[in-house]
Amino acid sequence: MAKRVGMEVSFAVAEAAKLSRAEVVAAYPITPQTHIVERLAELVADGELDAEYIPVESEHSAMSACLGSSAVGARTFTATAGQGLELMHEVLYVASSSRLPVVMAVVNRAISGPLNVWGDHSDVMATRDCGWIQIFTENGQEAFDLVLCAFRIAEDHRVLFPIMVHLDGFHLSHMVEPLYPLEQAEVDAFLPPYHYPFALDPDKPVTLGAYGPPFIYTEAKKAQEVALRSTKEVIMEVWREFGRRFGRHYSPVETYATEGADTLLFTMGSFSETASLAIDRLRQQGEKVGQVRLRLWRPFPFDELYQAVRMAKLVIVLDRSLSVGGPGGPVCSEVKSALYHQKERPQIVSFVGGLGGRDISVADFENMVRKGQKLAAQGAGEYYEMIGVRE
Amino acid sequence: MPKKAPEELTWRDLEIGCAVLEPGSASEYKTGDWRSRQPVWDFTKCIKCGLCYTYCPDAAVHQRDDGYYEANLYYCKGCSICAQECPTNAIHMIEEGE
Amino acid sequence: MASQRTLVALPLPIEENFASGHRACVGCGEVLAVRLVCKALGRDVIIANATGCMEIVSSQIPYTSWQVPWIHTLFENTAAVASGIEAGLKVLQRKNKRSQKEITVVAMGGDGATADIGLQALSGAMERGHKFIYVCFDNEAYMNTGVQRSSATPFGASTTTSPAGKVKMGQATWKKNMVAIAAAHDIPYAATACPSFPLDLIKKVRKAKQANGPAYLHIYSPCPTGWRTGPELSIKLGRLVVSTGVFPLYEIDNGRYILKPELPQLKPVKEYIKLQGRFRHLTDELIEQIQQRVSQEYAKLREKAAQSKSA
Repeated sequence: MAKRVGMEVSFAVAEAAKLSRAEVVAAYPITPQTHIVERLAELVADGELDAEYIPVESEHSAMSACLGSSAVGARTFTATAGQGLELMHEVLYVASSSRLPVVMAVVNRAISGPLNVWGDHSDVMATRDCGWIQIFTENGQEAFDLVLCAFRIAEDHRVLFPIMVHLDGFHLSHMVEPLYPLEQAEVDAFLPPYHYPFALDPDKPVTLGAYGPPFIYTEAKKAQEVALRSTKEVIMEVWREFGRRFGRHYSPVETYATEGADTLLFTMGSFSETASLAIDRLRQQGEKVGQVRLRLWRPFPFDELYQAVRMAKLVIVLDRSLSVGGPGGPVCSEVKSALYHQKERPQIVSFVGGLGGRDISVADFENMVRKGQKLAAQGAGEYYEMIGVRE
Repeated sequence: MPKKAPEELTWRDLEIGCAVLEPGSASEYKTGDWRSRQPVWDFTKCIKCGLCYTYCPDAAVHQRDDGYYEANLYYCKGCSICAQECPTNAIHMIEEGE
Repeated sequence: MASQRTLVALPLPIEENFASGHRACVGCGEVLAVRLVCKALGRDVIIANATGCMEIVSSQIPYTSWQVPWIHTLFENTAAVASGIEAGLKVLQRKNKRSQKEITVVAMGGDGATADIGLQALSGAMERGHKFIYVCFDNEAYMNTGVQRSSATPFGASTTTSPAGKVKMGQATWKKNMVAIAAAHDIPYAATACPSFPLDLIKKVRKAKQANGPAYLHIYSPCPTGWRTGPELSIKLGRLVVSTGVFPLYEIDNGRYILKPELPQLKPVKEYIKLQGRFRHLTDELIEQIQQRVSQEYAKLREKAAQSKSA
């Protein structure tokens, strides 16, 4: 069992990729992901990671190179952020439709404009429909563990989907956090070698990426949809095994202090930990509040979400991005939509904050809860409210 | 060979990622239906040089056991490159149905 | 059907690695080029293909003409996908996870996918020195989407986005010199080829295979549909394009220019132009402009070849 160490979260992600014995890394630097790809370059240069490191000339090419290497059967990893995620947007869809198990760490960063390299979730929210499995992390340990798990999940023949592991830009990527890494032998026992069933091979020629006219496209999408939804079982199975082996347990929706809670604060990403402190304080004051943290973003965990919130009267969702001109917070929209058909469901109030790297303090969360309760009592007229805007 | 016609394939029939596992499965598709004329060889002129075979975009010219060449009418689209290129004018095109 | 011991007077590989039943147009020169390239490559290849005519005609679910492993993803990234394939094979063979058989990595794309939208990916792949062959099949426009101009469309050609009209004369810029761009990356081998000269084409594919790094092949690909020519003329056009000097056949082999054939005299470009509807609107002045340019460019090539010989 490894010792507890302090490690910058970016380096922890690189370490996880190294322990997973990633074989091809296609890398294009973009703030705040740079430490991940720099660290991986170092590991390769020092012979600590036996991989081909492709210093591509753009993120579009980074993901494209990943398609090629994954398709020949090489364990493939990359990382990006913000604009980079947008630049590779069309390639993301192909990674999923071609069922190639690429693992990508996304260091969540605000989308331009104005130009802003700091953390928020606007980059993620623009890729909701691309068909990747998407997982949120809240601290360094989770980033390390879930990148490792991602290879195991993605390459499982019952899955074969690419996976994004999200970590907040700067708030996580550039923080030194305490964590327990794993030993190589432990990871080797947990992570079998990668075999792609249709690896490009002259001994068994296949055609990947044939085109789908109207008579077949619908069927192709149905097949992809059914397959993606079914991965949740494997994800949970892998997380259970990880928990048994290493004592850290993950699930699609995690709850905190929800016993007897009428009001639930709903968060994703590193803010969840700050929000937990606010919940502690409020509960000390006798408030019946709790917290729901979404870990599995795609495939969306409808059942687990419902189970987590059904006993509450009010759910306050904090979004870290905005759908400009739309119904406010994207996550809140999805939560509402997921609960809409339930006969009994809590009221939902939407807050948007922390955009472009702005901090949200514990006090801010406390105020959010109180404000949310007030809005709910009034009947929550506004679709959403942006917190902390200087008027 | 795919057992169902393409328009009959259900979502369960598709391979993972729509991979096509049978190399050269297009050979089932009859492009010969496209043509409006077809090449005919005059073996008294054919010198078996193989240029018609070489230049056919559809690989629809093959050599017979006796060494002369003929069109594979399952695929021949009637482009007439073979007739145009034959150095001894051994090939001429006839209208379909002649 | 041909027996296994068929003899062909030309020393061509017999095996068809690109199956009939594809949906290329009647008389398509590009698919013929693909057929010949595939003969030259053999079966130990992995091909990454860009979106375009060849990808569409060869791979409609559930059909494929490809007898070799083949992947299509998008339009502008084929060189990047090929980079990933090459890197993946390298590491897997190093770790003994795949057989040590030598596999040629090939990227294929049309002129649009190469000279325009895919230029960045190609440049990156060449700069990084991946061992692969990039083959550009040049039919001189975005043909699959309906004959829109590319930077490889020749001066004076009428396309749907550079139409000849009352005020404009069609494409007003000269064809982008992709071979020069490739050579500027210091790659070991670059060459032009034409399906009308199949043995030359095959020889060049084999040379590209041997190159110790990126190799670039630019293949002239007549398109009867887009050029408004008779489908039977594709081979004849290929001969004329070479004998008029419009598309010279040459190689840049480790920096040495080899112009072959080196034509002492060029046929008038008019003989090539007059066969094609896309040039129908050209005035004598414009044709003369083209003639001047072709002669100049050919002279430059001749000069480079001479310098290479004496060096």
